[in-house]
Amino acid sequence: MLRYTIRRLVQLVGVVLVLSLLLFAWLRLLPGGPVSALLGERATPESREALTKQLGLDQPIFIQYFKFLGRAATGDFGVSTGVQPGDSALDIFLQRFPATVELSFFAILIAIAVGVPLGYLSAKRRGSWFDNLSVVGSLIGVAVPVFFLAYVLKDVASSALGLPSSGRQDAIDATRVTGFFTLDGVITGEWDATFNALEHLILPAIALATIPFAVIFRITRAAVLDVLDEDFVRTAESKGLTAPVIRRRHVLRNAMLPVVTTIGLQTGALLSGAVLTEKVFSFAGVGEALAIGFERRDYPVLLLLIIMATIVYVVVNLLVDLSYALIDPRIRTR
Amino acid sequence: MVHSVTARRRWVAAIGFLSVSALALSGCAQSQRDSGGGGKQGGTLTFGAAGAPKLFDPFYATDGETFRVSRQMYEGLVGFKPGTAEVEPALATKYESSADGKTWTFTLKEGVKFHDGTAFNAEAVCFNFERWYNQKGAAQSDAVSQYWLDNFGGFKDTPDKPSLYKSCTAKDAKTAVIELNEATSQFPSVLGFTSFSISSPEALKKYDADNVQAAGDAFTYPAYANEHPTGTGPFKFSKYDKANNTVELVRNEDYHGTKAKLDKIVFKIIPDETARKQALKAGDIDGYDLPNAADWAGLKSDGFNVAIRPAFNVFYLGINQKNNPKLADLKVRQAIMYAINREQLVKSQLPEGAKVATQFMPDTVNGYNKDIKEVKYDLEKAKSLLKEAGAENLKLKFYWPSEVTRPYMPSPKDLFGAISGDLQKAGITFDVVTKPWNGGYLTDVDNSIPDLFLLGWTGDNGTAHNWVGTFFGRTDNRFNTGVSPWGATLKEALAKANAEPDEAKRTKQYEEINKKIMEEYLPAIPISHSPPALVFKSDVKGVVPSPLTDEKFGSASKG
Amino acid sequence: MVLGLSSKKEKIDGLAESSGTSLAASAWKRLRRSPVFLTGAVIIGIFILISLLSPWLAPHNPADPMLIDQVVKARNEIPPAQPGHPLGGDLQGRDFLSRLLVGSQQTLIVGVGATLIGLSGGLILGTLAGALGGWVDSVVMRIVDVMLSLPSLLLAFSIAAMFARPSQFTVILAVAIVQIPVFARLLRGSMLAQRHSDHVLAATALGVKKGAIVFRHMLPNSLGPVIVQSTLVLATAIIEAAALSFLGLGNPDDRIPEWGQMLGDVQKVFDTHPHLAAWPAICIIIVALGFTLMGETLREALDPKNRR
Repeated sequence: MLRYTIRRLVQLVGVVLVLSLLLFAWLRLLPGGPVSALLGERATPESREALTKQLGLDQPIFIQYFKFLGRAATGDFGVSTGVQPGDSALDIFLQRFPATVELSFFAILIAIAVGVPLGYLSAKRRGSWFDNLSVVGSLIGVAVPVFFLAYVLKDVASSALGLPSSGRQDAIDATRVTGFFTLDGVITGEWDATFNALEHLILPAIALATIPFAVIFRITRAAVLDVLDEDFVRTAESKGLTAPVIRRRHVLRNAMLPVVTTIGLQTGALLSGAVLTEKVFSFAGVGEALAIGFERRDYPVLLLLIIMATIVYVVVNLLVDLSYALIDPRIRTR
Repeated sequence: MVHSVTARRRWVAAIGFLSVSALALSGCAQSQRDSGGGGKQGGTLTFGAAGAPKLFDPFYATDGETFRVSRQMYEGLVGFKPGTAEVEPALATKYESSADGKTWTFTLKEGVKFHDGTAFNAEAVCFNFERWYNQKGAAQSDAVSQYWLDNFGGFKDTPDKPSLYKSCTAKDAKTAVIELNEATSQFPSVLGFTSFSISSPEALKKYDADNVQAAGDAFTYPAYANEHPTGTGPFKFSKYDKANNTVELVRNEDYHGTKAKLDKIVFKIIPDETARKQALKAGDIDGYDLPNAADWAGLKSDGFNVAIRPAFNVFYLGINQKNNPKLADLKVRQAIMYAINREQLVKSQLPEGAKVATQFMPDTVNGYNKDIKEVKYDLEKAKSLLKEAGAENLKLKFYWPSEVTRPYMPSPKDLFGAISGDLQKAGITFDVVTKPWNGGYLTDVDNSIPDLFLLGWTGDNGTAHNWVGTFFGRTDNRFNTGVSPWGATLKEALAKANAEPDEAKRTKQYEEINKKIMEEYLPAIPISHSPPALVFKSDVKGVVPSPLTDEKFGSASKG
Repeated sequence: MVLGLSSKKEKIDGLAESSGTSLAASAWKRLRRSPVFLTGAVIIGIFILISLLSPWLAPHNPADPMLIDQVVKARNEIPPAQPGHPLGGDLQGRDFLSRLLVGSQQTLIVGVGATLIGLSGGLILGTLAGALGGWVDSVVMRIVDVMLSLPSLLLAFSIAAMFARPSQFTVILAVAIVQIPVFARLLRGSMLAQRHSDHVLAATALGVKKGAIVFRHMLPNSLGPVIVQSTLVLATAIIEAAALSFLGLGNPDDRIPEWGQMLGDVQKVFDTHPHLAAWPAICIIIVALGFTLMGETLREALDPKNRR
């Protein structure tokens, strides 16, 4: 178990190093690069050359890369040129990461709240019109471009429901503690701040929820189908246990295992989806920073955020694997 | 010398020029401006900004979002009359120059205090000038002190790069004398740029204002620029909540002029344009800059106040003569002009109030020649000109930028569609290249790779030099006018006009230059001037739309 | 088996186990009777037909701004529906119906192009790894794992941002590269599964050359899972291309339209001219659904678990 964990973490370090080198090389090889980003349209050949020298960009790329690694070790990943010009890339990540976590958390919550019961009911009534409709519906969910759905929600639902359609919170006086706006309000007792943040979360979370929803629904359905077939449920039925008891005690608990795993494994898809959703709702999270970073070619921010996304993705996967092993002893022994 | 310095290649409107200019809420400016029935006292104005301000020290600022915030907190010696590009006194109540245009005496307003309570006087003015002139190390970079480099040239310790600035003397507490190395039409209007606002010397020292460091690929700025901006303006810095993307300014209760009516201004950063519109409609913000022209009508009918700025820009089709010898032929360039249906383009693609450009500057600039006639669309003439030049099978490399909107170029893709459609009818074919604005487009245009390209310029100030001087003041410019013999002639004529101290004579010279550019040289095709706009809720009053985007919220009220 | 439960890997490996000919035959029998599969097949059939015939179906040249005089940006007017132009015109006064029709062709090209490139890349890597084994296998699979450890859409965004001159081709490439490791792992997995199967062992015993075994026996038997994955990739490629356009990473030249590009480009006028977004969106949803229906039913049909 421990050896496995260590091996995965060592692999992660390798992946991050390779990835950072690739991204770094990309950043340097692009036309313009940091010099263009800084000087913009006012650049002259002379100023370009002067700045290239000043920033040490005329040195061999490996030397530049090792210098970058040296700075990175001290937490200096460069300064944003487009997202929040002048801010350190690390600060941008740290400020925005809680926003994306918050958004993803609520998206998953919504997806579970809808997907699990729906999947359960679908499985119980396998082959019925309800089941077929749900299955096709979940597939449509996969087929709809997320940003299109986000726009529909923003334009139609926000005015119909009177919900805010951009930002994380209105400019109200709120104390910042953790960076999780909903949590901050709870800690400081500023309930209006929590409520305001929640209002801002609803629409983007619904849009983002469609990504894990389809998977959660299908996995729940498949898992429940599997479990319904298994011997212990049949035994329970034959023992004469009432339906609700069977449902609670056996079917759902056993079916939850793959569902929980799947939820954890949706991190990657959520991160990608957050890029699109957060852009539509101007939700100041990591996703929006990535979207603006791509648009404005903010290379230092892109470099750090892509690496961070990878680390988060790999670590979450690792945690899911580990917890899965802890929950299900059958796997541990293998 | 000065000429080449001031005419550094500032061809295009930078993000920065959106706002290039100064803030000048002097008492007299304030009293002249009636904000319409006084307006309500108090309240918070929330303005939707498209991007985060980079810092709060205007001297190191280069982009519009940064200037917009600084402008509310700072003032310069001179400013611009609200709603115009005309220079007026600000922290200086009057100024005069010697006959040779090299010595300028500024009489300063008395009783002015910085936000930290220290006094504003001639010493403070000279301290600021000396600070600018004495930038060292990383701060001398083009990416940092861009406005100084563009307008004043080099620094004290860069003898190979002379400066326009010579010295500043505090004759007495309210008189500052500034000496220049050469005369230029740009002075003193450059002092109206927000970049050259006067900061508190005490705060500059205390918060280590000049300590700019090159860190890795970029620059880090000191505490002054990040947290302690200290000017004389009607608003003071309060906080920048990065997690929630809001910047907050509060009223300066000790302001020397008419105090601001608003208690607070909040700049809420909403990068997505449609999200800003939504936020306005939902009441989350009170206004935002640069609404999409297509939305003006809708916003108006929803009861919002669309404040249209005077068009102070030019959009042109750039022609580079370097790679295709046919383009060095005036007939071919004229044919291109005749082939473009500019009237149709302005009508269909540009906002209300946009006009066809007859020359490379709008009519509000001194030197505009009203005798130049608008060239009408004439496809047959275009075809016959091409035939005369033996260029019937012209194939050109046509560049247009993606991922960008500019006040003069609201939708590059649609404008490209219209222009290329017209040119195709005249039999010209293209190799179309699209690159992101900051991801290769400008670099390629600078390196003379395209034959045709879309570009434009928003004026920094009302001098003709800022327009034609920036475009054609060098021969190795983006059009490579040096390829044709008239390129050098034009360059010299522009240098001569800029150094002319007599205003009437100068204006005359520029009028002649404009005529020659359009009739004899035609280095590129001016297409249009389009007015950008701001939008506010109907209860926001007192913001005067400025051609220089020099809007100050000191006079604004809400409710 | 190690604890490798990482979502993508798990899914891919599951699919890889479903290779084999006898399976395909019985799967086909069941598919022919599946209404879901047939629905998907009909949608895709119509889509392919339209896209092939679109040059003749389109009433006008999709690049011709023929209705430009009816475009007035200042009043937010675009050409409305009118005789000869049943859907009106777009922001540049081009016939919208023609653009939608011709757009189907480009959309098909994006989907098929991305799938083919992804598949070929995966084929090379997967065959190398699966057939040769040993250190080649280790090296190839390390590369594949690095690529799989990035969120896939994010990887596509990053790749698209690398190209200095974005075009239709770079969009296809960005979407395709993300699929290479998926196909590679899939093929390797299915070959590994077969390496010890009877027919391969028999062929080896008969002295058939290694290359011949790979190409005559192993590859054809891996076809099932590859087809499933390809069908699913066709759907995601079309959706991802739209996302790239939305982020400004797509093909900026829109003279020859593509649905994703049409949808991604009109975000600014979504609230005032929703039909400009809705039409391409509906087309994308229907086609993506068609491919997904086919892919998912295929996957289920090929799943050995479902054979009981």
